[in-house]
Amino acid sequence: MSRAALLVLADGRFPAGGHAHSGGAEPAVKAGRIRDAQDLAAFCRGRLHTAGLTAAALAAAAALGLDPLRLDEAADARTPSPALRATARRLGRQMMRAARASWPSPELEALAAARPRGAHQPVVLGLAARSAGLGPEDAAHCVAYETVSGPATAVVRLLSLNPFDATAVLARLAPEMDEVARRAAEAARGGFGELPAASAPLLDITAEAHAAWPVRLFAS
Amino acid sequence: MHIDHSHEGPAAVSADATRPDGRRRALRVGLGGPVGSGKTATVAALCRALRTELSIAVVTNDIYTREDAEFLLRNAVLPPERIQAVETGACPHTAIRDDISANLEAVEDLEEAVGPLDLILVESGGDNLTATFSKGLVDAQIFVIDVAGGDDIPRKGGPGVTTADLLVINKTDLAPYVGSDLDRMARDAAAQRGELPVVFTSLKGEDGVGPVVDWLREQLAGWVA
Ligand SMILES: Nc1nc2c(ncn2[C@@H]2O[C@H](COP(=O)(O)OP(=O)(O)OP(=O)(O)O)[C@@H](O)[C@H]2O)c(=O)[nH]1
Ligand SMILES: [Mg+2]
Repeated sequence: MSRAALLVLADGRFPAGGHAHSGGAEPAVKAGRIRDAQDLAAFCRGRLHTAGLTAAALAAAAALGLDPLRLDEAADARTPSPALRATARRLGRQMMRAARASWPSPELEALAAARPRGAHQPVVLGLAARSAGLGPEDAAHCVAYETVSGPATAVVRLLSLNPFDATAVLARLAPEMDEVARRAAEAARGGFGELPAASAPLLDITAEAHAAWPVRLFAS
Repeated sequence: MHIDHSHEGPAAVSADATRPDGRRRALRVGLGGPVGSGKTATVAALCRALRTELSIAVVTNDIYTREDAEFLLRNAVLPPERIQAVETGACPHTAIRDDISANLEAVEDLEEAVGPLDLILVESGGDNLTATFSKGLVDAQIFVIDVAGGDDIPRKGGPGVTTADLLVINKTDLAPYVGSDLDRMARDAAAQRGELPVVFTSLKGEDGVGPVVDWLREQLAGWVA
């Protein structure tokens, strides 16, 4: 594996559309559930061990070479919120564009052709990792990291939170990200039957409400 | 890995100047500039002036509302299926420069839904003087400032004022009321921009957008030539 390729893929500046999404942080801030760095840490931890684990395992499975179309169905089944399904597909389409430009491969072309409106983002990310010569742990790490870095960046913008505090939150979560990535890759090796289906119902509910807000800063 | 292979099939980044069938794709023009300088008003006027002769679509990048898109809809500048709003996550310049994926997607969707198009106008959310469009998103860009924002803006320069393909200095009708010196603005702009064109507009006046239409016709002629 190429460690440098992993850095390129995991970079928050990788142009795959993530900057416009808060990962559920915007409604949490509005509801007063995130007010400071401590709240942010709790929010990120919850997201990481639920939606994050599920997404990381999907990405790891795609990186391993499991059928991406079946994984896309598995992702649908694990995403009860229609708003989050639409978001995942939109981000998947955007990830696909960046991935095809960065690490073109027949597998990416095939998935792009089969899902022109976008497959679920973790599946595309996993396949992008595979095309970059990366493995399932790498893909899972990427997803685990973006599961928490997205909300952290958003909260810096929404609350004018001190960026050093937000980054410290991410640093403290590193051991847990490693653990989630490890579990996700292990589950992926067990095949479709082993893929986790952990979810965060409150994130699903608030995502639905957020999608209907007339005025908002983030797309999700 | 296949990183060095040339692309086949549909363009991955849709920067190609031709469609898959070999025809020239739509000319994409970005409009940037500070909040309230008249970007949406310019887009609306351009659509009114050109919509009978060209197939046009618009992408708006509102910062936190859909107001620009709704203004264009309310004023029936174009049918609704020709207007798409992109959400920018509190960073309008990121969406037009550093990570253009959502905008490219909107461009592709418009082309798919109502194409073939001749012209796509992409309006950036009002931003600061450093905002510029990526060449991966647009073929040419217009920077719109106004006389009421201060007549020292051309002198301050910045990437928008200095490098845009066209600088529009709008709301000249307000110059007497805000004490802006148009000659000074013209001199400063010329000093910053060298050969690059500058036009003064007042969109409140009859055919106020005329100078921008003339410039756009030249761009279109060059594009399809
Ligand atoms: N007096 C005068 N007013 C103008 C002119 N052009 C635009 N306006 C007014 O200026 C205000 C802002 O114009 P918009 O077109 O919405 O400006 P914008 O650059 O799109 O603004 P944002 O998208 O919010 O950044 C509106 O009330 C327009 O009617 C002009 O030439 N003269
Ligand atoms: Mg506007």
